[in-house]
Amino acid sequence: MISLAHYIVLGAVLFCIAVAGLFINRKNVIVLLMSIELMLLAVNMNFVAFSRFLGDVSGQVFVFFILTVAAAEAAIGLAILVLLFRNRSTINIADIDSMKG
Amino acid sequence: MPTLNDILILLPEFYLVAAACLLLLLDAFMKPAQRPLLHWISIAVLLVAIYLVIAGQPDRAVTAFGSMFVRDDVAEIIKVFALGTTAMIFVYARPYLIDRKLLGGEFYTLMIFAVIGIMLLVSAGNLVTVYLGLELLSLSSYALVALNREAKLPSEAAIKYFVLGALASGMLLYGMSMVYGASGMGGTPTLELAQLSHVMGYTTAPTLLLFGLIFMIVGIGFKLGAAPFHMWIPDVYQGAPTPVTTFVAAGSKLAAFGMAYRLLADGMGDLAQHWQLILAVLAVLSLAIGNLVAIVQTNLKRMLAYSTISHMGYLLLGLSAAGPEGYAAALFYAICYALMGVAAFGVILAMSRAGFECEEIADFKGLARKAPWMAFLMLLAMFSLAGVPPLFGFWAKVLVLEAAIHADMLWLAIVGIVFAIVGLYYYLYVIKVMYFDAPEEGGALQVQQDKPLRLVLSLNALSLLALGLYWGPLLAWCRRAFGV
Repeated sequence: MISLAHYIVLGAVLFCIAVAGLFINRKNVIVLLMSIELMLLAVNMNFVAFSRFLGDVSGQVFVFFILTVAAAEAAIGLAILVLLFRNRSTINIADIDSMKG
Repeated sequence: MPTLNDILILLPEFYLVAAACLLLLLDAFMKPAQRPLLHWISIAVLLVAIYLVIAGQPDRAVTAFGSMFVRDDVAEIIKVFALGTTAMIFVYARPYLIDRKLLGGEFYTLMIFAVIGIMLLVSAGNLVTVYLGLELLSLSSYALVALNREAKLPSEAAIKYFVLGALASGMLLYGMSMVYGASGMGGTPTLELAQLSHVMGYTTAPTLLLFGLIFMIVGIGFKLGAAPFHMWIPDVYQGAPTPVTTFVAAGSKLAAFGMAYRLLADGMGDLAQHWQLILAVLAVLSLAIGNLVAIVQTNLKRMLAYSTISHMGYLLLGLSAAGPEGYAAALFYAICYALMGVAAFGVILAMSRAGFECEEIADFKGLARKAPWMAFLMLLAMFSLAGVPPLFGFWAKVLVLEAAIHADMLWLAIVGIVFAIVGLYYYLYVIKVMYFDAPEEGGALQVQQDKPLRLVLSLNALSLLALGLYWGPLLAWCRRAFGV
């Protein structure tokens, strides 16, 4: 039988992978966007699991809002990415360092 | 079912959404020659919104849409100042935008949508509203930072802001999901802030709740720009177009205070003993990092970014007192910082023109001889930021320190005072450069001739002096909102 704890651990693992992806990744901005999406999905997993096991719908409603906002966020992120590529012809994270101090 | 009454409570927000959509349509159908008209329409839209917020303010706190939305005095104060500073930014931004051919509907509509985000965020009565308000504000801000599509720095600033902002939202949401789960263990699961404040009393999973709280504080720390979650602030301030920097400095900080208050005081009030110390540590780190790193900056916008971090430290000082007096002091500080920040960036905007951003401190050499009035306004802003009496910034600092002492955190107040003295150095350095350095030969300094800008900027900077001498009514308003 799969219990609530299993789902929460899965959510935590997904979340950790996403955060690791954000911090360890030194190559590519697109991987950052993927990590952000994964992070939001980990949250969704948590909400749906709690909502299902505690017998309350509001958590699932929240998930719909998060999914919608995640789509908008991805759109803006990709738009900024296109802009970045146009201005610098690279999306390598190590090259995005013209401001320091 | 939503009733007419619900809609009346949200009238300012509904009105602004409708107005923003109309502005978009107008922008699309207007002839290019008529475009500049949008500027005045947008300012009028914001002024009407301020009127609606104040005129429709109920006597006591009311909720709408099943307590998703709360309209109380705290929200009213933040909304009035967020709308007001945004209107001021519109006035300051016009010459800057015209010089760089950025004047168009997108700047105004995105700014208005960001303000709607602030208004929803500070009126939130439910975790869903907090999240939606925050994202409306953040997504508009990311786009605004990248407004100047041709330049290199803005796109770099925008991607950094976006990635770290999304990380913060993710942390916040993860915390929210745990708090939601903890509220369901041993009781009814809820997303409502008012009910979440009782969760600690009954939950069978207090560890889960505390875990959620920590994640939420990380998210709040990111949005406030408190150290050690401040990495995005300097780059965004430096890279963004100056009007957008001004908005991120003023409006977003008011919103971040509102969010911290709603989540921590309204939603997690019972756990105050747990988050109090965390906020105190964040405050000390922000004060230290902000003030020390600001000293070595040569770019004025970047220096003001580090100064923001230190100011968020003072704001957290008030919040960590965890009582109505501390919240009132923190709100007072947020308002004060918004007015000071808008004035300081306003002077930068007034001095910049096409091809010359005027954002290096060295650019201000001999300003007192070339443009004595502008130098005087900058002097007022710098003295106020430094907290020199009798200016506004001094009283704001006194109040947060007082709140910290009353909350038995004398050590925190001492740290605050020590770093206020350290901070004096870099503000005074700007004044020294303006007043005692000789202007460069054939220097590029030249003040914008835009009349509304000069008038509003003068009033803005002089208000720092006026409020420093006569701060009673504003403080009374803040205190009344928290029932002190």
